[in-house]
Amino acid sequence: MTDNAYVARVENLEVKFVSRESTTKAVNGVSFTLKEGEVLSIIGESGSGKSVSMRALMRLLPSKAKIGGEVEVNGKDVLKMSGRELTRMRGKEVSMIFQEPMTALDPVYTVGDQIAETVMRHEGVSKEEGLKRALELLEFVRVPSAERRLKAYPFELSGGLRQRAMIAMALSCRPSLLLADEPTTALDATVQIQVLILLRKLQKEMGMGVIFVTHDLGVAAQIADKVAVMYAGRIVEMGPVRDLLRNPLHPYTQGMLASTVHGQDRNTDIEAIPGSPPDMRNEIRGCAFAPRCKHATELCRTTEPPETSPGEGRAVRCHLVSGMTGAEQDAPAYA
Amino acid sequence: MVTKEKSADTKARAPSVEVVPPGDPRDRGGPAQPMFMVRDLKKHFPVRGGALNRTVAKVLAVDGVSFEVVKGETLGIVGESGCGKSTLARLLMHLIDITDGELIFDGEEVGVRNGIAMRDFRKAAQMVFQDSYSSLNPRLPVEDSIAYGPRVHGMSKKEAKNLARELLGKVGLRPEVFGPRYPHELSGGQKQRVNIARALAMSPRLVILDEAVSALDKSVEAQVLNLLRHLKRHFNLTYVFISHDLNVVQYISDRVLVMYLGEVVEIGPVDEIYAKPKHPYTRALLKSRLSMDPDERMDEAPITGDPPNPINPPSGCRFHTRCQFAETLCKTVAPKLPEGARPSDHVTACHMYNQTAGHSLFGKVPPAFETPVAEPASSARVAAKA
Amino acid sequence: MSNATTSVPSGLDAGGLDQLSPDVRSYWQMVGFRLRHDPVTLFFGAVILFVILAAIFAPLIAPKDPTLTSMIDRLKPIGYKDYLLGTDELGRDMTSRLIWGARSSLLMGLMPVVFALLIGGALGVIAGYVGGKTNMVIMRIMDVFYAFPSILLAVAISGAMGGGMLNGLISLTIVFIPPMCRIAETATTQVRGLDFVEAARATGGGTGSIIVTHILGNVLAPVFVYASGMVSVSILLASGLSFLGLGVAPPTPDWGLMLSTLRQAIYMNPIVCALPGVAILITSLSFNMVSDGLRQAMDVKL
Repeated sequence: MTDNAYVARVENLEVKFVSRESTTKAVNGVSFTLKEGEVLSIIGESGSGKSVSMRALMRLLPSKAKIGGEVEVNGKDVLKMSGRELTRMRGKEVSMIFQEPMTALDPVYTVGDQIAETVMRHEGVSKEEGLKRALELLEFVRVPSAERRLKAYPFELSGGLRQRAMIAMALSCRPSLLLADEPTTALDATVQIQVLILLRKLQKEMGMGVIFVTHDLGVAAQIADKVAVMYAGRIVEMGPVRDLLRNPLHPYTQGMLASTVHGQDRNTDIEAIPGSPPDMRNEIRGCAFAPRCKHATELCRTTEPPETSPGEGRAVRCHLVSGMTGAEQDAPAYA
Repeated sequence: MVTKEKSADTKARAPSVEVVPPGDPRDRGGPAQPMFMVRDLKKHFPVRGGALNRTVAKVLAVDGVSFEVVKGETLGIVGESGCGKSTLARLLMHLIDITDGELIFDGEEVGVRNGIAMRDFRKAAQMVFQDSYSSLNPRLPVEDSIAYGPRVHGMSKKEAKNLARELLGKVGLRPEVFGPRYPHELSGGQKQRVNIARALAMSPRLVILDEAVSALDKSVEAQVLNLLRHLKRHFNLTYVFISHDLNVVQYISDRVLVMYLGEVVEIGPVDEIYAKPKHPYTRALLKSRLSMDPDERMDEAPITGDPPNPINPPSGCRFHTRCQFAETLCKTVAPKLPEGARPSDHVTACHMYNQTAGHSLFGKVPPAFETPVAEPASSARVAAKA
Repeated sequence: MSNATTSVPSGLDAGGLDQLSPDVRSYWQMVGFRLRHDPVTLFFGAVILFVILAAIFAPLIAPKDPTLTSMIDRLKPIGYKDYLLGTDELGRDMTSRLIWGARSSLLMGLMPVVFALLIGGALGVIAGYVGGKTNMVIMRIMDVFYAFPSILLAVAISGAMGGGMLNGLISLTIVFIPPMCRIAETATTQVRGLDFVEAARATGGGTGSIIVTHILGNVLAPVFVYASGMVSVSILLASGLSFLGLGVAPPTPDWGLMLSTLRQAIYMNPIVCALPGVAILITSLSFNMVSDGLRQAMDVKL
């Protein structure tokens, strides 16, 4: 690794989608860091900017997206990379797994050929060697009767096996950073837990950094070391998984926890967050969550809350919390 | 017709399955008559192939499903993808032809000459779809989408529109603001509310909710679940709630039916199933739920493998390929749900619970959970904090 | 439900008012908005409008009688005397003939497409919605017509029925029905599988009612865009028929016919001879460009 120990560092990331009719500010000043072997889970609802933030790390965004801020992977500035450098980085240093493996795997090639191709391209080995590695990889991700599956086409595999095949492909070049975009959301409950356990084991074995985007707090609880909660293009709260889920500080995080159906009494209402997230095409004044927040004050509606650090490794953007802990504290980022 | 309810805090919604709604003029069969009886329902989709486009195989999407829906209850149906629960929803609504079996709505058979008239059935049973993108006509203002059903049944344009606006209010959307809007202007949760209003416009007695909250964000999901509970009381509804989310089903259902590869493997009152699941599949499903506590991480998956392909389901008990208790018996003989069970009974289609089947573990099945089921979430603690 | 109130139950309000734009915009209003902000489409739309107006007001704006011959002023160049665009091989005023010719060319361009849209569109929607055997019968018949190249088919039908404008019109309509039917069928099949159609069936809506309320509105956009693209093809085909003597009969001015009769004079006065061709080119190009603009403006995810 280079002089800085971060696998990924994002500073004040902004992503705008510009079209003839509107400008959507999808990500609005997101900062986070990821150390080697660390798992960061970005939690948020649809449209919160969680996927966009992650894709910016690989510059996998449509051309109408305008990216601002700083994005570094292994100490290299991703936003300044040439097309060739990007291609070299993608798949080798950073790779990605998706929600729907059917869209990520090519339907006309066998699983073995696709994995072998990735290995050949990045490591310049022969086809034979590539196929050997592919078999090892499939065994590595615990695909049963891997030899037979090597010759299978993606549509011949079940959802769980396809997801494993995609993970095998993503890990083929031992990336130092794995980006996971809701990889277990489309899976059945009994399969989801299998894939989560597998990912956790592989991550430990390979010591890679993982950014895991999900909307499911349960998934984050299973896999993450630290959690970033996104709302309306900003990280509203970040901290170690245990602290954040046990003792959430931002009203949005609290609301998310309370409204997740989880064995509540059947004769009472679930504590839902009222309203819906804001439309990102509109200018947002003050705290984006204020219209849905039961604690919101005039201050919240007019001024955007600054980031404060109420504890070791934690960060919150909420006037209530900064009021409680003293706004002057204004600690920088988390170490 | 519908009396305005007193207040939301009426505590007494006893989760008993014998509950029968108070006098509804639409009721024909009486309180003891189940709202919906499904008998040995089958749907086989042909798989065509080859040069002559012949049927080469059959997908046994729904294969011999029987159950009853008691008046006034919420019956939850859970299962993984490919278990046939969405096909079942469409069969119940008579949107696709059934291969075999009987559907009896309040004592009258559906889809036969001397049964309930299709026109009456279409009013009495309604469905809410999952996908909020394709479930509303993008070219119609949402109030017209809601008014379509009543218009088809002969209501005047003005009346239908008034009804639509009234229902928009009932589902929590300000009628004058949302009525003239087009679907693309609404969020997923708002569209789902419109979907619910559209179903209610027919003043149905039975509403089938097919993954109705699955596509929604968690905070919106909670809103819609609350709404569904309130509407149920307000309009005297019976729900069939189909979902893959075990937590949601636990919250909303009175009874639960578990499906695996087109068959019912277990059915019974929700608390019994969640506390003492019988069928090994139900046990695995319940154990696969993710805890929100980072200290409760699982290191061993409850079961391995994926659900098999419904085109060629395993012989005997369809779960035997993934079952830790499977014996030779399970590979050859298909277990059946016990005959003559009442809706309040907790029954399962598993040889381990059938004395005459001859499974070695009969009467000796280890309990599903070593420790009592997890306490109702950390929500109470969170709420106190806030 | 008469005594129920329309108020929103407390605590169950969906909220989200802030994210709605103040004005309700229907699909067609949105299409209009996009078109208004698309200068290219607007320009070519204006060209089409200009041609249409010229055709309608031909008797008023044409400087001379388009059929008036003059033995002296034959094949004169542009700007000769008061002949703004010169004269043809019989000494008729090219300006007037081009203006009058827009009538038959536009008629032959638009009418077959409109008729084909109605007939083919209806067949396609029925085939797509009803499906099964009905679909098979309709679509196989269409496939028979598909087997021939369109220009050959048009020539064959016109040739069999004899020349003349009406027969040309009929033959072109027959040529355009199969593709129109195919597009409508594809669009209908897609829409038919969507949940809102299923929901309409679940409320007891009949086939006719569902097609009118839920299918047509969603099928119209792709079919309309396709049809607008066919107009230019139709103009070209019609010109081709006239050129071959199977369309409009002389002395009626028609661009294709003019091109045909002037071709002998191509070495004597090439610029004047090319004028009908330029008119055909500009008109069909404009229809093509507008069709492209419409496609973009109407592109809305279902």
